[in-house]
Amino acid sequence: MITMDLLAINFSLGLEKLLLIGAIITFSLIVAMYTTYAERKVAAWMQDRRGPNRAGPFGLLQPAADGLKLFFKEEIIPLTSNKTLFVLGPALAMITAMLTSAVIPWGSSIELFGRNISLQIADVNIGILYVFGVVSMGVYGIMIGGWSSNNKFSLIAAVRGASQIISYELAMGLSLIALLMMTGSLSLKTIVQQQMEGGWNIIYQPLGFLIFLICVFAECNRTPFDLPEAENELNFGYHQEYSSMKLGLYLFAEYVNMFISSAVVSTLFFGGYDIPFVDETALSLSLGANTVALLGFAALFAKILFFLFLFIWVRWTIPRFRYDQLMDLGWKKLIPLALANMLITAVVILWLNK
Amino acid sequence: MHINEILFWFLTALALFSAMMVVFSKNPVHSVLWLIVVFMAITGHYIIMNAQFLAIVNMIVYAGAIMVLFLFVIMFMNLNAESEPQKSKWMKFAAVLSGGSLMLILIAALKDNGGFISSMRGEGSIGLIKNLGKVLFTDYVVPFEISSILFLSAMVGAVVLGKKDSSTIVS
Amino acid sequence: MASLTNRAKVLEQKPMSFMERLYLPAIFKGMAITFSHMFKKKATINYPEEKRPFSPVFRGLHVLNRDEEGRENCTACGLCAVACPAEAITMEAAERKTSEEHLYREEKYAAKYEINMLRCIFCGLCEEACPKDAIYMSETFAPSNFTRKGFIYAKDELLIPNPVTDKEKYEIAKGLREAQLKNK
Repeated sequence: MITMDLLAINFSLGLEKLLLIGAIITFSLIVAMYTTYAERKVAAWMQDRRGPNRAGPFGLLQPAADGLKLFFKEEIIPLTSNKTLFVLGPALAMITAMLTSAVIPWGSSIELFGRNISLQIADVNIGILYVFGVVSMGVYGIMIGGWSSNNKFSLIAAVRGASQIISYELAMGLSLIALLMMTGSLSLKTIVQQQMEGGWNIIYQPLGFLIFLICVFAECNRTPFDLPEAENELNFGYHQEYSSMKLGLYLFAEYVNMFISSAVVSTLFFGGYDIPFVDETALSLSLGANTVALLGFAALFAKILFFLFLFIWVRWTIPRFRYDQLMDLGWKKLIPLALANMLITAVVILWLNK
Repeated sequence: MHINEILFWFLTALALFSAMMVVFSKNPVHSVLWLIVVFMAITGHYIIMNAQFLAIVNMIVYAGAIMVLFLFVIMFMNLNAESEPQKSKWMKFAAVLSGGSLMLILIAALKDNGGFISSMRGEGSIGLIKNLGKVLFTDYVVPFEISSILFLSAMVGAVVLGKKDSSTIVS
Repeated sequence: MASLTNRAKVLEQKPMSFMERLYLPAIFKGMAITFSHMFKKKATINYPEEKRPFSPVFRGLHVLNRDEEGRENCTACGLCAVACPAEAITMEAAERKTSEEHLYREEKYAAKYEINMLRCIFCGLCEEACPKDAIYMSETFAPSNFTRKGFIYAKDELLIPNPVTDKEKYEIAKGLREAQLKNK
């Protein structure tokens, strides 16, 4: 079993996995950094402005400048806050944001130093459920941060965030069940491999994709679902009392979350590291397996970039929901739709197998 | 010592320690958070037993959903130490008695089942999603469905309780 | 309630149709609009590198003028101070000595001439009041300062560069002025 392999530590395997984890974490942090830059640039363009262009060429050093600024800010812990939890909150937010990346297949495997290295940290047979588990842990970052700040706005935001995430997790899970009935596997790697052979899941599950996407927006606390951090209603919500890099971690966790969710969406519905319109096995004969693996990673990255752009695009287009509208959409629209989608998929599968 | 054993003892110690902290911490929010740590430790135990599905469901349902709701309610409570109602002596005595007898039963049950525990530390595969699904939908399909109906009725009951009486709103 | 005028529009509030209730078409339409804006001309100007041209009637910082020989035009007649609605201009007159003929054009000159840029409303009435073409308004504005005192501009800040000793700078200032006059 895979977990057994992981636990029965094999030194070179351990080293390989550690390096991979390091690489993926660094990579997601860098991407998250530049997503903040992209957010500001795209927002500016959509509003006929220019965006940051002072730090470095085209403002490319802006994220570094922002990060440095946050590091040099004074660290304030409110006197009446719960100190341990106040520090724990942002750490939890960041950790849960990063943890999901463990089960995403970032590419097929590459051959290096005579070893076949899989570009996935852990191919657990419950990959998707793991993602759900970690996402459901993500609430605690918000809740603990909001509560320990000892501030009414933070508390309201924390409660809003928690109830929103719980509500949309349901619809998210239900929308995926239809997909899982088709694939018959919970392992993300298997799902990608099936898509390489039988076409992307978006073709078979457009409604499921739509519901999933909406729920992903809600889980990431992005506009139109950014009620927990509604700046004009709640003074920035659960991270109101935070300053310096603790605030930075919260803000950054949002972008890491966006990156990872984009990766999950591309993996589940858009073929993951599948290069569109190309037969990978034929290509690997002519180009070599390593090149194809890298190309596959590039394909996945392109898909992720598209979704990151979508996140930003939607944010600068749609205004925020009212709270009752949010709950209405989650419970009364998306869950019934997801259930209907599930039923239809089940009927079609049974009918085709008859 | 095998790595599994080290992990097992570590997780056990963690689970026991945080379970103690659940009881001993003064702040209810801290209690809930320690309880989450207990659940995480138990999730770790499940993984060691190669019951990945159970592990992750334990994490999603208990640590992820139920504890969030607990936290939710507790955060809204007035947590001033002065306003905490003092329980009567008889109440405390009854609590100790019932808790103690439960512990007695648990110890007795575990004492007889020494073999069971050691077998669970092996490489069983009942916790994997495939086997679990097969068992649930063949051997135990009737209890499974009955329990789901029970949940449904609980849900309906919650909605009925939560719904305001329309006549009171009008008046 | 009866309306006071008959111009009131009655808002029609009919329930939304199915397509409207789906929201998605409207969302896509909105997204198309924002996307198209990405390629539109930017309204922002990269300020220090690019500068927006001033309008021909722009009235900026005051300049005290000199003639071609570098003599100050101002005779301290006080008309500008009288004309100033914000009372921003103060001056002290002095009589020219024989040795100072190369400095001042006429027998009387301004020994002290101050404009308080915090009071000034840049109306340009001083420029119009001046009979000697001694004060005019340039195409720059008063830079920021840390103190209120810093906004009281004395003669050394207001005078145009001397055409005899500092020809280059004078030409630049003069050129700007001519362009300004031509525009008017």
